[in-house]
Formats: sequence, C-alpha cells, structure tokens
Amino acid sequence: MSYFWYQLRRSPLMLLGLLILLAVGLAVGLAGWVAPYDPEQINLVQRLAAPSAQHWFGTDEVGRDIFSRVLYGGQQSIGVGLFVAGCASVVGAIVGCFSGILGGRIDGLIMRTMDVVLSVPSLVLIMALAAALGPSLFNAMLAITLVRIPFYVRLARGQTLSIREMAYVQAAWTFGAGRRHVVRWHVVRNAASPIVVQATLDVGGAILMAAALGFIGLGAQQPTAEWGAMVATGRNFLLDQWWYTVTPGCAILVTALACNLVGDGVRDLLDPKSRVK
Amino acid sequence: MNADATPILDVRGLSLEFPVFGGAVRALNGVSLRVMPGEIVGIVGESGSGKSVTAMAALRLLPPDGYRVAEGSLHLGGDDVLAAPESIVRQWRGRRAAMIFQEPMTALNPTQRIGEQMCGVLRAHRRVRSRDALAQAESLLRDMMIPDPAQVLRAYPFELSGGMRQRVMVAMAFSCDPDLLIADEPTTALDVTVQRQVLQLLRHHARERGTAILFITHDMAVVSQLCDRVYVMYAGTVVEQGPTRRVLRDPRHPYTRGLLDGLPEGASPGTALAAIPGQVPDMRHPPSGCPFFDRCAFADEACRQRPALLPLDTDTPEPAAAGEGAAEERLLACWHPLAQPAADMPGERT
Repeated sequence: MSYFWYQLRRSPLMLLGLLILLAVGLAVGLAGWVAPYDPEQINLVQRLAAPSAQHWFGTDEVGRDIFSRVLYGGQQSIGVGLFVAGCASVVGAIVGCFSGILGGRIDGLIMRTMDVVLSVPSLVLIMALAAALGPSLFNAMLAITLVRIPFYVRLARGQTLSIREMAYVQAAWTFGAGRRHVVRWHVVRNAASPIVVQATLDVGGAILMAAALGFIGLGAQQPTAEWGAMVATGRNFLLDQWWYTVTPGCAILVTALACNLVGDGVRDLLDPKSRVK
Repeated sequence: MNADATPILDVRGLSLEFPVFGGAVRALNGVSLRVMPGEIVGIVGESGSGKSVTAMAALRLLPPDGYRVAEGSLHLGGDDVLAAPESIVRQWRGRRAAMIFQEPMTALNPTQRIGEQMCGVLRAHRRVRSRDALAQAESLLRDMMIPDPAQVLRAYPFELSGGMRQRVMVAMAFSCDPDLLIADEPTTALDVTVQRQVLQLLRHHARERGTAILFITHDMAVVSQLCDRVYVMYAGTVVEQGPTRRVLRDPRHPYTRGLLDGLPEGASPGTALAAIPGQVPDMRHPPSGCPFFDRCAFADEACRQRPALLPLDTDTPEPAAAGEGAAEERLLACWHPLAQPAADMPGERT
C-alpha cells in the first residue's frame, strides 16, 4: 500500500485521473441519491432553460434536467466502458495465450480469423454489427466487445510467444510441467501486465465508442439518458442552447481523459522501464 | 563404478539434425556417451560442438518438429527416450533427470515467490500437502547453505543475487531426487568465488544422494575440479574421453591439447594465450574426414578419413584410483595422437 502511494506521488497525472474517476464514479454510481431530478421527468414549462442554481446544466427540449440526465447517462456509458474492457481482455487473453502455447494449425486458424476482424475498420464493423443486432445499448456493447477482442488476442499471443522462450518456462518443462501448468503459472502471470494496461486504456476508448454509437442512434434509445445520444439531440440546439450538447460532451471528454491518465499511470506502475524520463 | 549396472544415461551413436533452408545442420554426428549411477561426468567443447543439444536431447526438450534423429539411440534409466510417448517422458523429467541452466537471472519466474515455485515442482511429482512441501523446500534451501531459508522462500527472484538464484535452482533440481542432474554451464554467469561455492554444493549433494551429474561446460578448470570422467566434444562428435585426471594430464587429441593450452594458468604474464586458429566447421556440410582437419597442425592425408573412437593403449598405465575400474577406458578419435604428456598441467585443484 505504501508502495502504491509512493508511485502515486511520482505521477501526479495519474493521481489527477484517479481523483476525477473517483468523483465521476461516485456521482454517477450514486446518481439515485445525487441527482436532483428524475432524469425522465418532463417539465414543458421549463424547456431549454439555461444553467441556473435550480438546473445546474440547464434543461433539454422537454424540460428534463440535464445534470440528472448526465449522471444517469454516465451509468450507461461507464458501464459499457468497464464491461467492454473487462470482457474483451479476459476472453482475448485466454484465447491468445492458448493460441500461442498450442501453436501449429489451431494457432494459425485463430490468428487468421483475428486478422480478418482487424482488417475491417473497427467503427464500420461495430456499426454493422450493432445495426445487424438491432439498435440497443446492450447490442452496441456486445459489438464493441467483439471488435476489441482481436487486439487482446494478438497482444496475449505475442506475449506468450516471447514468454514461451524464457528460461523459466524451459526450466518448467525440464521439471516435468504440463501445458496447463505452464499457461496458468508462467504465461498468464507474466503476460498480464500489458493486457491490464491495454484494458485500462480501453475503458476510455469504449466509452467514446459507445457515445459515438449513441450519437448515430445505434446505442441507447430514447428516453434512456446516454451521453452520446444526448450530444446528438443537443446538436439541433447548438447555436442557441449550447449547454445541451456541451455538458454531456464535457462529461465524455473528462471521463475518457481521466481513464487514459489512469491507464498511462498503470503502465508506468506495471512496466517501469517504459517510463519516459 | 560397477560396470554391470544400468547406465542412467546411455547415448549410442546418436546423430541428430536440424532441418534448415536448403539442407540440414548436423548438430550431433555419432555421439556415444554414458553416465553411470552416481558418476560426475563432464562434457567440454567450444560453442557449437553439440554439448547442449546432447543435454536437451536426453530429456527430449528440443522443439518436437524442429529436429530429426538420423541414427543412434538414447536411453534414460534403461528406457528409450526417443520412442517414449510425451506423457511418459514428462514424468521422467525432474525425476529421472533434472536440469540446471546457464542463466540464473531468468530461470526463475519473476512473478512468483521462490516458495511457490519450489512447491510447484515438488507437488508436480508427488502428492504432498502444500505445508509439507513448503517445509521440504525450506530444508532443501538450508542444504544449499542458504542462511535464512524461510525468508528466501518468501522472496521474489529479483530480490536475490545471481549466486542465490542459482542455489535455488540447484535446490529445485534436487527436489525431486533425480537420478541424473544435467547442468548446462550452470556457473558461467557467476563470478569466480560464487562459482566455486556452487560447484562445491553440487558435488557435495550429488555424492551424498548418489545423484549422477552430467556437467556441460567449456571451462577445463571447472571440469578438473568436479568431474570423474570427461568427454571432449568437437563438431558434434566425441573426440576424446577418459578419466578427468588422465585426460587433463595427458591429452592425446590435438583439440583437447588446444583447449588446455588456452587456459591462462600455465601461461606466463604478458604473453598472449594460445588460441586454436580457425572456426568450427559449417555443420550444414559436415566434413567427411576428421572434423578437426582444418584447424589441426598435425593434419595430413590420413586425416581425410574419419578416425574412429578407439581405446587408447596406454603405455604408461596409471594405478587406478579408488572407484575407477576397467570401465573407465580412454577413447580417442585421432590418426596422430600426441605422444608426450603435457609438461605442466593447469587446473589441478581437485
């Protein structure tokens, strides 16, 4: 624990990112208590009101409190980010490690499949998948996860190939270790750190992806609050009611930035040699 | 040594190739060697002479589709290693023969504590409870003269020095009570004082437990300290073999002599050390005659024929020391064996 604090003091940016994430996480996670209004409460008298003490971020075209909607929307967006990073990294790491250890035809088959997925621009593929599955936040999440998996497979396999040649893996074979033992105790443990780094960096990316899908209408559907969808609707009022677009936009920006800061910090922690002085 | 006992490791006429683009590299060319129970045997030779390949082949650790056995056989504890199924060979690894490598720095998993790794090895071969395994690991480390074994068990490899890590490796290798310990240049990466300690530990424990050691090195001085018998390898073949003291005192093959002359002990300060001119032959096209032909000062027409490894009839027989019997024959593959014994022998510190 003290080591953790020592590292934090050395990287103020990571500390900043963590604090932001903590604040955002608390506000979003406790939206039910923090939010001053029901996010779907329509109040036509107060439509498109400017930010004020009553409505911190103003109101939208049907008078819903934008601050409350940003908080609730965050549950969707951040949830997607965590789910995508978590699922894609675990699935990708397992597939990649075994692909690398098994080698041969199975490895070839897996990697060529991944190459096919990687050869299509990811946004196009995500849109196609999300559209094919039907527009909903869950399907968007699934689509992003599927498209992110190959990156982890490739990363994990590359790690496995280099770890496989390490002396301690060779030594493990000489002591009579089996394939499962080697993967579990040697490969996964030593391949973990770049995968964890990639996953933390991916949280922000996935939030952006989800927002982008929401923006083009393939993510969360009305009346559910979601950052990307809010930005998209707010666009129509951008000239006169800037806050409608800017506040959820800032929420996306700040959260993604904080995720990336933390991701960079995690990389420095796990791989001190990559730290640029 | 008892000549009737089954050798732990019995390699006969083994030729092994690595297929490469446009041919094959012949890494071993008719190697025969034998390690009897409890014996400490050295293999010396320069890089590329096939020492390590022999060791890897003994446990069938070479990449499965990366090599081809052209001829010969390899038996470990009386069983054919080359023919046995993988699952059986896996059981032999660690039990019949364990291995120690050159790099103590990377031979331990950096993400696992020493204790976990040692227990992993112990429990891979025997059903023991983790607490018993830990106690056993501690006593193994204590045997390796590690001052505070309990603390080392809790340490990660990066917290230990190179010598300490190599001791841990030796302890791990002994942990399954192997019949044979294959040590592939285990002291090359260590400094001289630590090297000496590790060698003493190896020797002491091998003798105490009756473990045989196959010691691979390019260092004649190390051989003289440790080994009962020595095989001198060159270009994938054994060129000379025999009891260590006799080979070192009375080298008959020009290559062995060259290796010994390269040692700094005998040289006077300020003079250049003797070196063997030339390089190991390209084993994609192994020479048909004596492999040492190109580099040998005594080479002539006769050497275009491959010399067989034959018993050397010693005209000055030495009284056999305790434990050395008729099985300890001296073999030599040379058409022009050196006649006179070398004047002063370096490295006699056994």
